[in-house]
Amino acid sequence: MTDPSRIRNFSIIAHIDHGKSTLADRLLERTGAITAREMRDQVLDTMDIERERGITIKANAVRIEFVAADGHTYQLNLIDTPGHVDFSYEVSRSLEACEGALLLVDASQGIEAQTLANAYLAIENGLEIIPVLNKIDLPAAEPERVSREMVGVLGGTVDDVIQVSAKTGDGVGELLQAIVDRLPVPHGDRNAPFRAMVFDSYYDTYRGVVSYIRVVDGRVKVHEPVEFMRTGHRVEADDLGIMTPSQVSRKTLAAGDVGYLVTGTKEIEQIRVGDTVTSSVNPASEPLPGYEEPKPMVFSGLFPTDGDDFERLREALDKLRLNDSSLQYVAETSRALGFGFRVGFLGLLHMEIVRERLEREYDLDLVATAPSVEYRAGLTDGTIVEVRSPQDLPPTGKLAYIEEPFVKVMIITPKEFVGVVMELVQQRRGEMGDMTYLTEDRVEIHYTVPLSEIVFDFFDQLKSATRGYASLDYEPNEYRKSDLVRVDILLNNVSVDAFSSIVHRDRAYRYGKAMSERLRKLIPRQLFDVPIQAAIGSRIIARETIKARRKDVTAKCYGGDITRKKKLLAKQKEGKKKMKMVGQVEVPPEAFVAALRIDE
Amino acid sequence: MTVTAEPRRPDDATLADELADTRSVYIHIPFCRRRCPYCDFAVVAAGESRISHRTYVDAVLQDMRSEAPWFAISAINFGGGTPSAVEPGLIAELIRRVRDIADVTTGAEISLEANPEDWTEEFGEALRGAGVNRITFGVQSLDPTILGSLGRTHDATAAIQAISGARHLGFSVGADLIFGTPAESLQSWRATAETTLSAGIDHLSAYGLTVERGTALSREVAAGGPAPDQDDQADKYELTQLLAAQAGLVQYEVSNYARPGHHCIYNLSTWAQGEYLGFGVGAHGHRDAMRYRNVRRIEKYVELVTDGKRPWAGTERSEHHDYRIERLFLGLRRMAGVAVDETVVRFLATSDGQRYLGAGLVEVINERLVVTTPLLTDTVARSVLSLSPDDC
Ligand SMILES: Nc1nc2c(ncn2[C@@H]2O[C@H](COP(=O)(O)OP(=O)(O)OP(=O)(O)O)[C@@H](O)[C@H]2O)c(=O)[nH]1
Ligand code: SF4
Ligand SMILES: [Mg+2]
Repeated sequence: MTDPSRIRNFSIIAHIDHGKSTLADRLLERTGAITAREMRDQVLDTMDIERERGITIKANAVRIEFVAADGHTYQLNLIDTPGHVDFSYEVSRSLEACEGALLLVDASQGIEAQTLANAYLAIENGLEIIPVLNKIDLPAAEPERVSREMVGVLGGTVDDVIQVSAKTGDGVGELLQAIVDRLPVPHGDRNAPFRAMVFDSYYDTYRGVVSYIRVVDGRVKVHEPVEFMRTGHRVEADDLGIMTPSQVSRKTLAAGDVGYLVTGTKEIEQIRVGDTVTSSVNPASEPLPGYEEPKPMVFSGLFPTDGDDFERLREALDKLRLNDSSLQYVAETSRALGFGFRVGFLGLLHMEIVRERLEREYDLDLVATAPSVEYRAGLTDGTIVEVRSPQDLPPTGKLAYIEEPFVKVMIITPKEFVGVVMELVQQRRGEMGDMTYLTEDRVEIHYTVPLSEIVFDFFDQLKSATRGYASLDYEPNEYRKSDLVRVDILLNNVSVDAFSSIVHRDRAYRYGKAMSERLRKLIPRQLFDVPIQAAIGSRIIARETIKARRKDVTAKCYGGDITRKKKLLAKQKEGKKKMKMVGQVEVPPEAFVAALRIDE
Repeated sequence: MTVTAEPRRPDDATLADELADTRSVYIHIPFCRRRCPYCDFAVVAAGESRISHRTYVDAVLQDMRSEAPWFAISAINFGGGTPSAVEPGLIAELIRRVRDIADVTTGAEISLEANPEDWTEEFGEALRGAGVNRITFGVQSLDPTILGSLGRTHDATAAIQAISGARHLGFSVGADLIFGTPAESLQSWRATAETTLSAGIDHLSAYGLTVERGTALSREVAAGGPAPDQDDQADKYELTQLLAAQAGLVQYEVSNYARPGHHCIYNLSTWAQGEYLGFGVGAHGHRDAMRYRNVRRIEKYVELVTDGKRPWAGTERSEHHDYRIERLFLGLRRMAGVAVDETVVRFLATSDGQRYLGAGLVEVINERLVVTTPLLTDTVARSVLSLSPDDC
């Protein structure tokens, strides 16, 4: 067992793409945790989606061993975290399992919005931060300027900043030594009753729920009885060990250690991320403070294309939630789409990833409805209703007012783009707060903006308006009254709940028109003319018609073509199976998120 | 075949069903002057291969010899490519070889696709002598601009002359036309259809121009070139139905019209799931509940056959369920539709079936299921193919 004085626990945090996972590669490589043969780029990004998109989605913990200048071997538990704002909950949980953080900044980009957001998170958690300047090998690197920016935010001196290249490995030795020298020794009492924090988990078909834990006090041995304090679930520790990154069994985990714990638990609800595991023989008196549940930013309906898959979808969500504790969902019914779930997400990328994981990992075919933020409706009788889906909006007669969520937005941009940024946020009903200069040519601007205005396509627009130089972070603020209306869409004269949307009154007309046009293009021609109308209450504000299908036949089909034609039709049939019947109209799944891509 | 006073209508239901028991032979002649931009058939354009007509025909003859004997063949169909591109003597040899391996019934249909440019009286006489009794000309259009954009070199006069010349020699004469080329006006199509019909054809195949994968046309369309339009093709299709009826031709399949007694036996047989042997590159066959297709490359074909192997590129055995579904999806292309059986009943009970009945897209007439709007046949076919095995 390693003496706590020879253990260091830290997370690697940064803005997206600043090189966290690549730095983790070098740390693993340098300490021999991984052989040259096993090495590949961003080796900790193991999920298919992570590799395809080149981003980290899940935090990953690994133990490495480093022989420091004093000749002793140190146990380093590192956690590589995601940089995208939608996954900041992964970062905050990771930080709670650590005493230190490496704050990485790309030397060619400088400090960006999530650099600051993550730095503040680490500071709030009382972590020791080592500023690390990465990508110094790049010709565009500006180490002096960016080091000054970092000192400006974190204090200290330019000499505290460690310069590395995660690509070439330059400076990585120095960084490892700094981790040993500068990060605190884990606190915690090895003689106290066993207490560990469950900071992540996943479901394994054979072993049941696997928990990732950070041991805070005491120790746990394999086959010892343990208890999950909040659920009261008592089981035996079947297996425990460390991640190197592959799981390696150990007999004991002790205070300061980060590892995994298998209890053979198949009842998913018994184990929750944020719970405390203790010994059931000699239990701790108090659980550790749990995690604050993250607040979903957007809600969308998820429905199985095949109505029979509803139960499978529920199971999949339950299992996925083990591995993504930010996921929140309740069952809902739609007249158009049947039984499904209203799911809360931390942002659009999160929504996309969850849907993709459900489809891939659980072999489901899903229809997603257009995402919506959570509104609040004040009724004439004084009650307040939460509106997570446009269908939940009470009828106009009962409505006194509608409130929408606002967020505090931080934008970091080069000085020359301040004008365009201001204009862009203005169009989004944003209210400017203060503006500070990070350095003489980089500015940090604060705004208060309706969440609905920034959560969908704002980031793309900001990026293109500033040639990719501006970055953005936001956090929930307050609810405010707004002049909002629900725009309904009638397909073949019947209102389709899944197409309704709540929008600002000034935009309702343009929105209704754009949405009807888009649907006309997305919905294939049917056996009869299909009118599409956009309406506010009973007032029609836009109208389009999908002309009846006139020709749907292959010209030739002779002896030679029979097999080929059958295959062709069979392929088209698969597309047809994905269609949702809405009344008498066949609607492709893409149509339900059409509202997302309306470029105004 | 029974001899009746009145020739049978091509859309006759009994005829449609009885041809299920008919056997045919298909022979593919791949040679063409050049490759037309829309064509995805197994074609050898001039200069594309060193293999001579003689060598190819020898290979086909040899492949025929490896086929187990067959009896009672009612149709021999030469397709292409351009069968008229080879010497009639070679066609004659091929027909003789069919007679060696099978018993060709008297009055059997022996049919050949020809390019109007290749037509001469001598050519026609040679074919007659070989036993060919039906000829279909690839007329495509009579509008020079449209012919140009279809990559065709013949002109309207040649086409009309070929038709009347063939009639003179006593052939049953058909014409293949293509409508709905993006540059074609409705007037242009009307003129083409009317003139061709009044030249006295017995059979018309009118196809909407289709963008097939891998063709020059599909590359043009992908690059933003004009594509055939659904509504334009539908208008022209409906006009064709009208003009053909006025000329006394009866529609019996999505794209086919014939004077009574002049339907294509080979085609009707394949739509009824009849069996046929396929010889030559890219040819398909159907025998003993197995469908096969030949390799498409001529060099490969000759090599395989010379090595004493069958030139098959793939085979597919029809499972019971597939076979019942296939009966519907093929049969519904015919105006005669399909006789109501258990599968039809199951299909009509599905939500799609109910919807189509309700909309009048399908009807049950005289114990047969028919698609009332042939232009929407694939809408129905996809739903039929969606029937699960438990539904059958
Ligand atoms: N030239 C150079 N490129 C680097 C360096 N470090 C990382 N990169 C590149 O930067 C890109 C992003 O690297 P990642 O390691 O995936 O970044 P990340 O911070 O883990 O990204 P997220 O997990 O998505 O937030 C990749 O293309 C890396 O190859 C470096 O030191 N020098
Ligand atoms: S369309 Fe006919 S002539 Fe043209 S290449 Fe194809 S087979 Fe040959
Ligand atoms: Mg990463």
